[in-house]
Amino acid sequence: MANGTKNTNALNVVGKPFRKVDANAKCVGQTKFADDIALPRMLFCKILRSNLPHAIIKNIDTSKALALPGVFAVITGKEMPISYGILPVSQDEHALCIDKVRFIGDPVAAVAAIDEDVAFDAMNLIEVDYESLNTISSIEEAVMIDEPRIHEYGDSGNVHKKVSLEFGDVEEGFAEADLIREDTFFYEGNTHLPMEQHAAVAHFDSDKKITLWSSTQTPHYVHRALAKVLELPASHIRVIATPNGGGFGGKSDPFNHEVVVCKLAMITGRPVKVTLTREEVFYCHRGRHPVLMKVKTGVKNDGAITGMHFQTFLDGGAYGSYGVASTFYTGALQTVTYNVPRYKFQGLRAFTNKPPCGPKRGHGTPQPRFGLEVQLDKIAEQLKLDPADIRRNHLAPPNSLTANYLRIGSMGLGECIEKVVAGSDWKNKFSNWDQSNRKLPFGRGIGIAASSYLCGAGLPIYWNNMPQSGVQLRLDRQGGVCVMCGSTDIGQGSDSILAYIVAEVLGIDPFDIRVITADTDLTPVDLGSYSSRVTLMTGNAAIQAAERARELLVLAVADKLDLPIENLSLAERRVFDVENPEVGVSFAEAVVLAESKFGTIGTVGSYSPPQSAGKFKGAGVGPSPAYSYSAAVAEVDVDPETGIVIVERIWIGHDIGRSINPMLVMGQVEGSVYMGLGEALMEEMVYRGNRNVVHKFPSMLEYKSPTTMEMCDVKTYLIEDPDPNGPYGAKEVGQGPLLPIMPAVANAVYDAVGVRIDEVPITPEKVLKALKEKARGREGRVGPIAVPAVDWPEPLRVTTPAEGGDGREMPRVAVHS
Amino acid sequence: MILRPALPWVFIHGHNAFSHSMKHKAHIAFTLNGERTEVAFAPHKTLLEVIREDLNLTGTKHGCELGECGTCAVLVDGKSILSCLMLGLDAEGRDVKTIEGMAEGPELHPLQQTFADLGAAQCGYCSPGFLLVAEELLKKNPSPSRPEIQEALSGNLCRCTGYIKIYEAVELAAARMRGDEYELPRESVYGLD
Repeated sequence: MANGTKNTNALNVVGKPFRKVDANAKCVGQTKFADDIALPRMLFCKILRSNLPHAIIKNIDTSKALALPGVFAVITGKEMPISYGILPVSQDEHALCIDKVRFIGDPVAAVAAIDEDVAFDAMNLIEVDYESLNTISSIEEAVMIDEPRIHEYGDSGNVHKKVSLEFGDVEEGFAEADLIREDTFFYEGNTHLPMEQHAAVAHFDSDKKITLWSSTQTPHYVHRALAKVLELPASHIRVIATPNGGGFGGKSDPFNHEVVVCKLAMITGRPVKVTLTREEVFYCHRGRHPVLMKVKTGVKNDGAITGMHFQTFLDGGAYGSYGVASTFYTGALQTVTYNVPRYKFQGLRAFTNKPPCGPKRGHGTPQPRFGLEVQLDKIAEQLKLDPADIRRNHLAPPNSLTANYLRIGSMGLGECIEKVVAGSDWKNKFSNWDQSNRKLPFGRGIGIAASSYLCGAGLPIYWNNMPQSGVQLRLDRQGGVCVMCGSTDIGQGSDSILAYIVAEVLGIDPFDIRVITADTDLTPVDLGSYSSRVTLMTGNAAIQAAERARELLVLAVADKLDLPIENLSLAERRVFDVENPEVGVSFAEAVVLAESKFGTIGTVGSYSPPQSAGKFKGAGVGPSPAYSYSAAVAEVDVDPETGIVIVERIWIGHDIGRSINPMLVMGQVEGSVYMGLGEALMEEMVYRGNRNVVHKFPSMLEYKSPTTMEMCDVKTYLIEDPDPNGPYGAKEVGQGPLLPIMPAVANAVYDAVGVRIDEVPITPEKVLKALKEKARGREGRVGPIAVPAVDWPEPLRVTTPAEGGDGREMPRVAVHS
Repeated sequence: MILRPALPWVFIHGHNAFSHSMKHKAHIAFTLNGERTEVAFAPHKTLLEVIREDLNLTGTKHGCELGECGTCAVLVDGKSILSCLMLGLDAEGRDVKTIEGMAEGPELHPLQQTFADLGAAQCGYCSPGFLLVAEELLKKNPSPSRPEIQEALSGNLCRCTGYIKIYEAVELAAARMRGDEYELPRESVYGLD
């Protein structure tokens, strides 16, 4: 492979804090987000959404709406009968519900009208006759109540998916343990809350081809869904992802409103726009799954883990979305931080009559990470070990294969832990489990946690053997360079990464380069901005494309100057003799020479992740070309009178592999800490009403998120341990640094006031309740006490690599349960 | 903090009950980004809608249209105001400045330059609101402390940055506008050693 770690001795662009290529436009208001697009004769769409959580649609009368002046079309689900969904295994959504609604907010009918006001009035004239059904509001209910089924598919009743995997014999591991702990945790759901509401504009042209501009993180998957539902050849559909005003996973599904505006544009022959209200964005959701967990871990007296059994119960909401992947992810990455020789995972996803959950920053891994890291704190206390040491001393080794067949490459977690321990003055602050001999005053505390995340998923969402990322490069005879890639900039800087890397290889300035991205007509496929895959995958593809162009330039210049090709170097917009730098040509002249010799200069690069080591069923979720690592220390102030937790400062170390742009890396770390802080202290999707299925507060005012007044100080350490699979050694940073924040805060609250809040968010009410319990001589804990009784299937058993396994499952015979 | 104007006489949630029955457009004249501007629009429209939809200045964004997020902030007579809570009609005769009017000529305003250079704009959706509120702050207080910056920006939500790069951009721009020598700490860009 031409990709991978590069010689980093003389880098001119990589590692430098250039501004983003689109930064100026964003600061002067020139960036066109989806709702900023206006086309002549454009109509406006409003979508009528269900006001019942679970009901049969008996009849929809659109006649009054259609009769309203200014209305051009009213459509219902019958006009788009084909189902779709992000995962091939859960094609369970319709652009508009056909015979049944499954949550408050499910789309039922849509209007296209002359303006938004007429569309709104017409929407309210649509009459829907429903027959209410009983609702399923919680994981517990979904497990117990089979009827009515929310969906006619799934493992049973209202259980969408059950997973049961065992790597090695976990009971053997518990038998070797000196201490076994069983704990239960709950992680409340929360949502992305991107500042930009989803918007989309569709245009059906005179050649009967459709163009959709949309604030999506995954234009390629939207393209596939549109072709399927609209029954058009994919080649007649163009999807352009506009710059996303924040994504965080919330714009990763193909959405009903995207299909609806296309259909309305096809019917009316006019462009159609939809912009969701903030309330509708809460119903779109696809955010963090609420997860109930039971964690059983066996350890030796020195804290070495001998076996771990993790059970997760996910409240999936009303549709599949990414849920099957999310379920596997709640059990995947427990093994890549500390050595876990035997591991058992059981996961269950329930359907409930609430907005569907999906991927949010960290996708399925922050919840189990919270449980694992808080339990490790409890284990450290019982064993009287320092919680930093118990982590530092039992790290999973670099370049190893975990019990569940994840291949770890570079592994900088040890250094992350050392940096935050030293930086926070941990040794002089931590109570050392001795409340009578505290170093900080009562009410002030410090806690630590560590974590890891993927740098892209090893497998694509739909099965294929094609690259996950493609980059195309065009050089013109004036010296212009254009890089094209299907990746979508959601604010993380993916457009800039392409420019930096191509500029590095070609020896030009990143601002010389034209970047065209996220346009299914113009750019080669990249699967999208999710699972922290973009820098690693597009970066490697960009290196390959640029190196191929570089080779053509070098051959042509070597020929012209009569020099051996190995003498030529590209830098400062020149191609020159390294031994005699005055001898050379400008970059533009080099392109002319190359075009004269080879014809029009265009190259491509592509990237496919290495093959996964696991071959068992379910091995597709978890493998990644590389894993990033993070460690965080939180220092908190807890007011025992009010229960209010103020996080004063967080020290975070992140193993980035290598920073392509350290300033952007810092921004991702700080943004992740911020979002983690919100999840730790206040953000929650909660429901009310007599059946607990009505969203309690679908507004930005009442869905609390941190303002400048709540955001803590952040001290960041970037650990550079280049990974052979990363471009220039780079790993991800967009999601990983969020993961340790919630458990670090929870552990710090315990250090401060001696109560365990075994669920997030850690609200003042919960802290006060725990303090009162403690004052009464009880445990001083808030958290779940039990998990539902579930009839788990016999686990699929896999022999671990340490036991000589080959990554395949053992034949399914009853061993023991 | 951004001013919240008194709620208009109709409840505005993007719509109201008698919108399309009002056939006649309102007409106002006001100063927009230094230029005398006349515009006709449906009278129930908010200033945000008039600016975006009738004057095509889409740099001003919407995040909630209920006065919760600060994304739609503009300067009216030099004071930051939530344009989603102000009727377009109330702009008659006023001096309104949007992000498009922040830079004079081709050069960026010092705040725009530091926001761009330091990565204070990630997705960039909240940036116009932050920039205008920060401009108002620096006019009143050329040397704000970090807590003063936090207080001034507390009405604006940003989901990307964790606010830190925004504070640093405001501090650097303030120093440049004062003519002070000021270098961003190395740790802001590279982290701590």
